[in-house]
Amino acid sequence: MTQLALIIDLNVCVGCSACVTSCKEWNASGAAGPMTDRDPYGEDPTGTFFNRVQTFEVGTYPHTETVHFPKSCLHCEEPPCVPVCPTGASYKRPEDGIVLVDYDKCIGCKYCAWACPYGAREIDQQQKVMKKCTLCVDRIYDQRLPERERKPACVLACPTSARLFGDVHDPDSEVSRLIREEGGYTLMPEWGTQPANHYLPRRKTHLPIHADELLRADNPLKKEGPRRKPALDEPSLDDVTSW
Amino acid sequence: MHPALSVILLTTLIGAGQGLFLALYASLVGHRLGFLASAAPMPFHLGSSALALVLLLAGLAASFFHLGHPERAWRTATCWRTSWLSREVIALPLALLGILAYGVASYLVAANGGGVANGTLLLGLGTVGALLCLALFVCTGMIYACMRFLQEWATPLTVLNFTLLGSASGFTLAAALASVMAPEQRLFFTLYALLLTVLAWLGRAASLWRNARLRRKSTLQTAIGVRHTRIRQLAQGAMGGSFNTREFFHGRSRRLLVTVKWLFLALVFALPVLLLGVALASASALPLQLAAALQLLGLIAERWYFFADAQHAQNLYYQAA
Repeated sequence: MTQLALIIDLNVCVGCSACVTSCKEWNASGAAGPMTDRDPYGEDPTGTFFNRVQTFEVGTYPHTETVHFPKSCLHCEEPPCVPVCPTGASYKRPEDGIVLVDYDKCIGCKYCAWACPYGAREIDQQQKVMKKCTLCVDRIYDQRLPERERKPACVLACPTSARLFGDVHDPDSEVSRLIREEGGYTLMPEWGTQPANHYLPRRKTHLPIHADELLRADNPLKKEGPRRKPALDEPSLDDVTSW
Repeated sequence: MHPALSVILLTTLIGAGQGLFLALYASLVGHRLGFLASAAPMPFHLGSSALALVLLLAGLAASFFHLGHPERAWRTATCWRTSWLSREVIALPLALLGILAYGVASYLVAANGGGVANGTLLLGLGTVGALLCLALFVCTGMIYACMRFLQEWATPLTVLNFTLLGSASGFTLAAALASVMAPEQRLFFTLYALLLTVLAWLGRAASLWRNARLRRKSTLQTAIGVRHTRIRQLAQGAMGGSFNTREFFHGRSRRLLVTVKWLFLALVFALPVLLLGVALASASALPLQLAAALQLLGLIAERWYFFADAQHAQNLYYQAA
């Protein structure tokens, strides 16, 4: 059973918000209708975003790390927002596991937003329906786009390739391999929602450099220059003589 | 959570209406079982049923204001298999019909000369209406209790408190009405209103006690998956407000929350218990009417606190701008 999802690599995300703006642009100009964007250059901007990048500081100064954290709908395998919807507008597609909202049925009661522990659903103030990340369902199946571009807008926009898209139920896909090998995890696993989106943790690559690698210990003259030619009856020493 | 006035009015008004009908039914059953010497007179039956209907309709009207698309509201009944909100949307009109049927039947019985005492039909209709009112209490409470991430709400105490608070306010209202329209049943209603208010007090105190001792299952560590002892948020990803900062935060000071808590404890429990006790001794209608008014006012404060007290798991992602 296919479950399409995103993998977000926290190790390389730099917090540039390219995913935020490309997502907003794609969904504002797409078929589903624009997303609210009130007073964007004014004093009190507000609007609907499917994807937001948050920043956290880990540790105590000066030993801190800044973690940039993009979060959008996690397309849970046990989505808590689906059974609570009274009109059935909130549903999970059986063919690819994407959780969607039917804007024609939604009454905007916000009950699904209350049921989501991740705060992934927002009400659009103008259209007055609940909206959330659609995993660019209108891009990934669009035959008019070249094969390479049939991915969510945020995945294509990320300059560090921190966002990856694939089928997490397929053990051979790139995303499944990364989850296995890099220790991909889900958010708030204690609630049993089984999110499909995974995050790859921060990892430190250690490259130990031994002092001998910088300065050879077996170079008594501390000199790397042309070595003298040995006499024919002398033994040759690799470090000192050279033919 | 941000307390929405429309939902506060909805649950408070329908709770009082349901409680009022349950009080009416209790007086009918009480007469049958011998606790009451006589059944309440017909004007009281009609008046209480009418008031209960008005309260339920007013609550229903108030609820439409919290919807983005009220014209599609008919769809909300379709998902009763999974959604408690859907079940409540079915139970509310059914309860309305049950109360209406009882009211109409009691009018017809009176118009045809039959006394309330002889109404097996009335007892049957009343039982159906009472069961529907109880079902509505359960549905309303479960809308909030079924969300396991909202730890303040995810307890059977939520459903119990909705039932007890609604019933207590309904019985106090019935006592206030009885002091004018059915003086012989006044003591019955006052006693049971007092009992229910005390029980509701215990229930609400239990939930306040539980919520004060809650251990949060979710922390910033589980929310972002970084296992470090010290994490703090630097940015939310937006400098202005968003739905997430408006819908899930009450936006008021901690002091106001504590003030409202003491206010509702006084208005819903302490003062009505005092006034109901006074009404047991005296024959005046004023303590009962005052108790009913104060309790309804206090219930609005109590419902506001119920919403404001709840801390949603998503708030972990919105700690700093």
